[in-house]
Amino acid sequence: MAPAITLAADTPTLSAANTGFMLICSALVMLMTPGLAFFYGGMVRVKSTLNMLMMSFISLGIVTVLWVLYGFSLAFGTDSGGLIGWSSDYVGLSGIGITELWDGYTIPVYVFAVFQLMFAVLTPALISGALADRVKFTAWALFIALWATVVYFPVAHWVWGAGGWAFELGVIDFAGGTAVHINAGAAALAVILVIGKRVGFKKDPMRPHSLPLVMLGAGLLWFGWFGFNAGSWLGNDDGVGALMFVNTQVATASAVLAWLAYEKIRHGAFTTLGAASGAVAGLVAITPAGGAVSPLGAIAVGAIAGVLCAMAVGLKYRFNYDDSLDVVGVHMVGGIVGSLLIGFFATGGGQSDVAGLFYGGGLDQFWKQCAGVAGVLAYSLIASAVLAFLIDKTLGMRVSEDDEITGIDQTEHAETAYDFSGAGGGTARTAVPAPVVDAESKKAGSEKAGSDKAASKKVDA
Amino acid sequence: MKLITAVVKPHRLDEIKEALQAFGVHGLTVTEASGYGRQRGHTEVYRGAEYTVDLVPKIRIEVLVEDDDAEQLIDVVVKAARTGKIGDGKVWAVPVETAVRVRTGERGPDAL
Repeated sequence: MAPAITLAADTPTLSAANTGFMLICSALVMLMTPGLAFFYGGMVRVKSTLNMLMMSFISLGIVTVLWVLYGFSLAFGTDSGGLIGWSSDYVGLSGIGITELWDGYTIPVYVFAVFQLMFAVLTPALISGALADRVKFTAWALFIALWATVVYFPVAHWVWGAGGWAFELGVIDFAGGTAVHINAGAAALAVILVIGKRVGFKKDPMRPHSLPLVMLGAGLLWFGWFGFNAGSWLGNDDGVGALMFVNTQVATASAVLAWLAYEKIRHGAFTTLGAASGAVAGLVAITPAGGAVSPLGAIAVGAIAGVLCAMAVGLKYRFNYDDSLDVVGVHMVGGIVGSLLIGFFATGGGQSDVAGLFYGGGLDQFWKQCAGVAGVLAYSLIASAVLAFLIDKTLGMRVSEDDEITGIDQTEHAETAYDFSGAGGGTARTAVPAPVVDAESKKAGSEKAGSDKAASKKVDA
Repeated sequence: MKLITAVVKPHRLDEIKEALQAFGVHGLTVTEASGYGRQRGHTEVYRGAEYTVDLVPKIRIEVLVEDDDAEQLIDVVVKAARTGKIGDGKVWAVPVETAVRVRTGERGPDAL
């Protein structure tokens, strides 16, 4: 997060405008998680649509509760050693006054806490795309809870918490290139290396079942991302949030064009999935950089990220790892690209006076960015691999091969995403409200029903 | 009686239906089908991964007719289904032993 605004000798007072803006931004970021669910959900085959949606949605449940209980305290409590925070007032959000301001800012602690909560919810959900079709729901739920605790909360502290090592080193990460995207992308890579490939990877056709859902999800992500990015300045007193807002739009547009152009040249068509993926790649890349670069710089950042991510998504076929929906290729690669490009494109006229190589600042900032990227990447890879390994050895990460082939929606959730059959099909086993029947059909019904199945009713759909 | 089955391009359905109505056919059954003939499928690209889609969408139309009408009806269907491009489909006929109208119990040609 941005360094506190220093209003010389002024103690900040609560700003209704900033508070209102930040509450709206929090709601925008919340919308990104269901948006992500649709983005991913459309990309899988019909038989695992619901599981994909649920993997994101459950994060809203689990991480929200953990955040209130201890997450906010671990991430934004008083620093120890640059590695982790803790403040007993933040436990259960119970020792916070409703008018108490976040230190150095004009918004209440509650607003800051709920805004940051939405980031904590989204980040584990990002990982799910790499694990499509094959992970037990209970194992995933446990993974989210442990991963948020062991990886996300500490890393958020490193990058945005006062006293965190990356924050103190001067690593620029406006809204989460390292803490959110590299973090989630590296975790995805670690987990898929532990759990292995989907049945039929590189053999069976695994086409997206609904590109309109993917586009809808990408649109919701793009919209919500304005809150994610512009909101990360925590107020609008100096125009930096507005710069971030502009750059969010510009880099994303540029990345859409770059991905499509690459794809047309390389594969011969402008695809819908390419446009949606380019948008997300651009959003990811501008996330760390948008407060430091100019709009022209944002065009460059978006274009570079668009092309590099479009190239990176093909690597899984060459190196044979099943990054199912390209979380590594888009989020890890896009996050690294955006974070490192700050070292070249920072103008010195945005969030801070730090300039990059192209603006006469030398390579100083670039090396700091490298340190931030490497630190988060290494920690997330190792810690996530350990967590996935432990869960795999105890609970088991994967569903059985039979269940995976049948479809995880049926076997884990007892549901089907779409019912296209006019005939309906199936007999209700429990708790279907009995229709009012006249005496004659009642008699016919009781004749048919076996005595031991008296409770079951036949339903005509 | 004969059962005429046509597996054709989906967008020809309306033409065929109209032609059959003009010929005097009172009923038909339409099913969404997929398959391939000599044209094989096509290629789709998703994030650079190319998939050969072998099975292309088709419409399968089934009509029961009296023996005497069969040849003429096949011609009607073929004419209405033809676009002249590859993938236009096939039409064939097989003999049918009997047919029953469920509501009345009529059998044979009366059931058509």
